[in-house]
Amino acid sequence: MLNSRTRRAVLDAAIVAVVVAGMGIARGVYSNELMLFNFVMFLTLSQGLNIIYGFTGYLPFGYVGFFGAGAYGFALAVMHLHLPALAAMGCAALAALILAVVLLPLLRLSGAYFAIASMAAAQALYEVIANPDLEDVTKGPYGVSLSNVFAPALSYYVALAILAVTLLLVVWLRNSRFGMSLQAIRDDSVSAAMAGIGVVHGRTVAWVLSALIAGLVGGVFAWHISVFYPDTAFDLSVSIFSTVFLLFGGATTLLGPLLGVFILYGVYNVIGIAVPQYFQFTYGALIVLLVLFLPNGLVSLLTSRGIRVP
Amino acid sequence: MLTGALIAGVIFGLYFTLVGLGLNLVFGVMRIVNLAHGDVLMLGGIAAWALFSGFGLHPVVTALLVLVVFLLAGLPLYYAVVPRLLRSRDAEMLSLILFFGVSQMIEAVTTISIGATERSLPPRLMGVGPIILLGTRLPKAWFFSAAVSALAVLAVYLYLYRTRLGTLTRAVMVSRDEALATGIDVNLVSAIAFGISLALAGIAGVFAPFIMGSITPNMGVALNITAFAVIVVGTLGNPVGTILGGIIYGVSVMLMQTYLSSWANLLPNLLLIAVLLVRPEGILGRKVRRA
Repeated sequence: MLNSRTRRAVLDAAIVAVVVAGMGIARGVYSNELMLFNFVMFLTLSQGLNIIYGFTGYLPFGYVGFFGAGAYGFALAVMHLHLPALAAMGCAALAALILAVVLLPLLRLSGAYFAIASMAAAQALYEVIANPDLEDVTKGPYGVSLSNVFAPALSYYVALAILAVTLLLVVWLRNSRFGMSLQAIRDDSVSAAMAGIGVVHGRTVAWVLSALIAGLVGGVFAWHISVFYPDTAFDLSVSIFSTVFLLFGGATTLLGPLLGVFILYGVYNVIGIAVPQYFQFTYGALIVLLVLFLPNGLVSLLTSRGIRVP
Repeated sequence: MLTGALIAGVIFGLYFTLVGLGLNLVFGVMRIVNLAHGDVLMLGGIAAWALFSGFGLHPVVTALLVLVVFLLAGLPLYYAVVPRLLRSRDAEMLSLILFFGVSQMIEAVTTISIGATERSLPPRLMGVGPIILLGTRLPKAWFFSAAVSALAVLAVYLYLYRTRLGTLTRAVMVSRDEALATGIDVNLVSAIAFGISLALAGIAGVFAPFIMGSITPNMGVALNITAFAVIVVGTLGNPVGTILGGIIYGVSVMLMQTYLSSWANLLPNLLLIAVLLVRPEGILGRKVRRA
């Protein structure tokens, strides 16, 4: 018989396999590839946000900044360095990494200050990239076109690979000593430091990982979409959607954000596309109700009864 | 050109003092961040536009109406949301998320009911022709808005320091628990502060079409960052300190627009990050660092 720890790990890995395989098969049987790609994108982004918010308690409202940095890292590498797409993905990761390091001091702030400062940082980056004075470099507000690397099938599978790695990362965090120590820091950083946990080190690693994921998703988004504007790459609703999916499902779990994306983004695709305002309203109302009545998400219905959720 | 930028900056800054004032009052009293502040302001602007184009009502009359209506609307809104929120584990953080939801709802409802187009009011409502001050030509509407802001700041000051309710409000600001233990009706005091905050945002909104040229339903988010920058640069939790923040913000925006115009939008964001990072305790007057 397997011991309980191995059983958990196997169950978690099985969920990852099912989700990734499911999204892979879905591309073969369902024709709306863009919608499926968006699903993969938000599945990855909400888990990336889960790594920083769920495990360390920092909620970056400006999470989209890394996404945009990745998208433009990719675009600039293709436009100016004429790199092939896969190498440009490396530049997307690099751009997000640089931004994460530049913004490291933000981790000295807490709670609302951190959230607002990160949003201001994303907005500042947008203002730089969309600046008409930089049209020669970034094409300013007029958007970029990367049609020479357009490869919808390959980019979809690369996105899927990023999703798989991200999910496995969350599984590892949930089952490893490092993930536990992050949660200890989140709950009480002073006690965690007393117990010998490297508080700053832990937060830094989680922040960089989370930024890297968003950067890679941004890069693969640029690749898959191939024509986009700064307004799309730095659209605050990327942050909003990821946050709502995460909170709706329940942070710090593997299943929570997955449920959040499948349920809410599914509903969005059924009713939201035609009149986005109705959906925006529903989202707003949902956020309010969640904070007031279910601050720990859907999975807390189970966890509060002592049932372990993967 | 420099004096021009400075004078325009002070006038502009006085208006942004009004934009941030209510947000700061709510933060000071309840330790929550009302991220729907910019959207309430937008609603004030919509009211000014709708009442003018529908009934020809002068914005000053609208401002008085908005003052009363928003103040009264704030009371039930407070009781519906805030006491429950304050009981939660991390009220400051959750307030940010919750009011973000409120902001999305306001934006959606406004867009559904009047559409997403830009609305503006004819500037001549505030008097024709510019005012010339030390060789700088400024629209009359700017002076008018700055004067209203100065009046509002004065009114808030008198309320806080010269009335009994204001004394109670300051007691709640210092310590909510001790105020409760002294027998102060903390919820009533906070509800009134919340109402005042909405009214201040609404009045700022009435003059927004003149200062910003036009209003749109989605202007709220950017305004929130600006308002937050203003109150962080001033003193967070100290409403009167907002004047300092507003004027620093106004002057730096005008200097940017004069010398580096295409980069002017970058400023509130950078100012906010810089102040938060460099002097969070000093300027804010309270501990915000955890690590």
